[in-house]
Amino acid sequence: MTLTELTALELLREMEAGSATAVEVTTAFLDQIERHDQQIGAFLRVDRDAALARAGDVDRRRRAGEKLGPLAGLPVAVKDNICVAGEPTTCASKMLEHYRPPYNATVVEKLLAADAVLLGKTNLDEFAMGGSTENSALGVTRNPWDTTRTPGGSSGGSAACVAASMAPVAIGSDTGGSIRQPAGLCGVTGLKPTYGRISRYGLVAFASSLDQIGPLTRTAADAALMLETLAGHDLHDSTSADAETPSFTQSLDQPLANLRIGVVREHFGEGLDAEVEASVREAVRVYESLGATVVDVSLPHGKYGIAAYYLVGSSEASSNLARYDGAHYGYRTDEQAMRAELDAERKAAVQAGRDPEAIDSPLVRMYRRSRAEGLGDEVKRRIMLGTYALSAGYKDAYYVKALQVRRLIRNDYDAAFQQVDLLAGPVSPTPAFPLGEKTEDPLAMYLVDLYTVGANLSGVAGISVPCGFSSGGLPIGLQLQAPPLAEDRLLRAAHMFQQTTDWHTRRPSL
Amino acid sequence: MAYTEALAVSYDHPFTVIIGLETHVQLLTESKLFCRCSTTFGEPPNTQTCPVCTGSPGALPVMNAEAFRLSVKTAVALNCRIPEFTKWDRKQYYYPDLPKGYQISQFDLPMSEDGWLEIADPLNPDDVRRIGIIRAHLEEDAGKSMHDEAAGKSDTRIDLNRTGTPLLEIVTQPDLRSAAEAKAYLTELKLLLMYLGVSDCNMQEGSLRVDANVNLHIETDGGKIATPIVEVKNLNSFRAVERALTYEVDRQYHEWCDTGRKLGDPGVSKQTSGWDDAAQRTRLQRSKEESSDYRYFPDPDLVPVVVSPEEVEAVRQALGELPAALRSRLESQYELKAYDADVIVNQGRAVVDYYETLAAASGDPRRASNWLQQDVLRTLNEMSLTIEQFPLTAAGLGELLKLVEQGDLDNTKAKDVFAHMLAHGESAAQAMKSLGIEQVDDSALETLCQELLDANPKTIADVQAGKMQAVGALIGQAKKKNPNVNPADVKRICLELIARM
Repeated sequence: MTLTELTALELLREMEAGSATAVEVTTAFLDQIERHDQQIGAFLRVDRDAALARAGDVDRRRRAGEKLGPLAGLPVAVKDNICVAGEPTTCASKMLEHYRPPYNATVVEKLLAADAVLLGKTNLDEFAMGGSTENSALGVTRNPWDTTRTPGGSSGGSAACVAASMAPVAIGSDTGGSIRQPAGLCGVTGLKPTYGRISRYGLVAFASSLDQIGPLTRTAADAALMLETLAGHDLHDSTSADAETPSFTQSLDQPLANLRIGVVREHFGEGLDAEVEASVREAVRVYESLGATVVDVSLPHGKYGIAAYYLVGSSEASSNLARYDGAHYGYRTDEQAMRAELDAERKAAVQAGRDPEAIDSPLVRMYRRSRAEGLGDEVKRRIMLGTYALSAGYKDAYYVKALQVRRLIRNDYDAAFQQVDLLAGPVSPTPAFPLGEKTEDPLAMYLVDLYTVGANLSGVAGISVPCGFSSGGLPIGLQLQAPPLAEDRLLRAAHMFQQTTDWHTRRPSL
Repeated sequence: MAYTEALAVSYDHPFTVIIGLETHVQLLTESKLFCRCSTTFGEPPNTQTCPVCTGSPGALPVMNAEAFRLSVKTAVALNCRIPEFTKWDRKQYYYPDLPKGYQISQFDLPMSEDGWLEIADPLNPDDVRRIGIIRAHLEEDAGKSMHDEAAGKSDTRIDLNRTGTPLLEIVTQPDLRSAAEAKAYLTELKLLLMYLGVSDCNMQEGSLRVDANVNLHIETDGGKIATPIVEVKNLNSFRAVERALTYEVDRQYHEWCDTGRKLGDPGVSKQTSGWDDAAQRTRLQRSKEESSDYRYFPDPDLVPVVVSPEEVEAVRQALGELPAALRSRLESQYELKAYDADVIVNQGRAVVDYYETLAAASGDPRRASNWLQQDVLRTLNEMSLTIEQFPLTAAGLGELLKLVEQGDLDNTKAKDVFAHMLAHGESAAQAMKSLGIEQVDDSALETLCQELLDANPKTIADVQAGKMQAVGALIGQAKKKNPNVNPADVKRICLELIARM
């Protein structure tokens, strides 16, 4: 077996045992990227020299007998909406194409402290808005299982690079399903921890109250390793959970006795692909065969989830993205051209007997043009939606109402978790869809988040694990959800499933 | 009321002036409201910034607990209610010195509300006016835009050093009835803030900034009408506040006479203007009808703040003695007039402490008050010193006053001694010695007086005839013989000697 086929835990064991060096491991993945990423487009940037230098440093320190971090020598890919000091952090937007943040995100600090090797930055939907990674201003990512199809999104680059064995693990972010959905469509394991479990400091904000960083891996065991390395309260993020981080890898093998699994009635309705339904129901039977009790549960307000999500998420986005105005950093329109255009308009206004001052001031025109040119359609759509939802006269009908719905959805979850330990269901309604299929129909694209947004609105933890394949050979994901801070239970259940099945071991042929 | 009436006398229609003030107070914290950057004034541009101040993508705010504590302290001193639950909101607007595109502020659940501050009525200092406080809330300051318009350029440079500095915005009810009252309110507020130690209140450095909302309620034959409200922005001295309001009252009255425009008319909205100090007039900044929609919503990056009643009570207990209470204590404990207590308290806590030590050491609180107000404060003013820098300790000056009190030194000589103590840093006793002032004991003085009386039988006769003031003639002679004699003592002993004859 080649190095690129191994899990993170296996790679770490190899390196610890001395049967592979960090440089060898890193080289293997870099070579895989070189061979295949032209076809996939998972990475926006790979710095081969920097990765090898860091791997070499880990090897040197290992030889010197120094104590190394828990991820020593492990290559990690990072979604390009997470800040790495001095390195481009683009959010796949023209707006930030040349932006280099002056600081590291807390997760990046933690990866470096754990002696991981940063492989590169992965593609995403612009500012993490989208479900197919087609909204990237910097290039499309393709699904390694079928390159005519999307990898899902917004963490499509992170999911595709793990699926294509170009990285053993990748970091993503999940605002409405952006880790779990691409993980499902690419046949990898994707964990969205409890809101606040991993610091958001340095994650370029899309919707602050929904955003959550998490790992995409081959196995639940690797997800446990990444979570225990990255979780923890952060003094730079007051919304980060002030809770102890258990040793998730240690508890992983403990069996879950008397497990009660809830099957959400509403997750098996109209719009669910028959093959997806069959695979997910089969996965539930696997749990039954392992001794779990299956309980029928209801999340009655789930049907309002998409609406609430797009109101809350877009409202926050309209505010979070206001800073991209060309004044301080990022893209700024060509000022000379802008001045010339404005002068011409003013002249025309004077000739037409209109007030030239009623047209933009140069400053406002600079804002307008910078944003018009620097931001993509989907981002603009959500900014406009959010601006409208927050504006005077509409706030109560939209934003405030959405917050009330959000509370009802959380109440549904609380009630369900009174009855069961975990919820099980599909990750997305269909397997990976063809590139371009939904790009002209934003509402159809929004529906890919149907089963995942609830976890973000309510803050609970969720994981996507491979549970089958469609007749066309596309991966199908099982979603498990657990109460806030119950990731140990979630990871143990996912691990249990992966001990019994081998869906997660399948790799696409490239 | 009386002030307004006095003012309105020269107008054809009587009116009432309605003023409400919004005061932005920069809190005296070492670091900014949502990051650890320094708040020091006057550093080179953009040297006190971090990813949080510059609104860098991905950076997150974390509340400075000290700023919150200082704001609770202020709000409690302003008799406000402190809600148990308070949150942060975003106020959205575009401006180059607002790097995030929104300001973090407090909207519907401010950290305090519904308080008051008592001030002396400027026309009747014995009357107290209670000015309502609608709310005090915390917010972050914006940066500074510097416009370089030299030589046809239109460059603007942005300095973000000030961004994120903690501001407490204190909003009054429209309870103020004159420019003089507005000034009195601000003076009292500033004094309170200084006593609390929550702000340095340095107006030149922008630590205290005032916006004033003003209009008139004019009585006409057809009933009372209100003129359009004008908000005068960024008044940076108390004098500017007073002058801008006086100007605006007159301007609004005459505008109403000319146009008849009133509040509530179609097309009439609140206007914003600025005070032009050079021209001594307000200037309209925005007249376009604009309903600002800041699209406030709770900041999802910050957790709400929960304050328990116990915490508020602890702050209340630790407030210390505030100006109003201090004034009445000085009046009752030292039998000072209200005016004198006010002068001393208005100088700040350190002067009050100096006074109390001086009063005790001198044995005469009123003499201490006079000396403090006349000699000490004058000297501080002349030498541009603070009381902490004043070379004479309260105990040292107290010794001098005690000598005066005991009659060992007359006032004129005491002033000489005071000047000498100041100039040479000597104690009262040393200074007297240096000046050759010796205390003359009573037996020596009696001998001297007897000699003078023997030489001036007419004086004795005059006194015996009831003309007590005749003794005055002897005082000059006594001083010639011995410059150290105390005139009062000479007078007393001469009278005693004559009485015994």
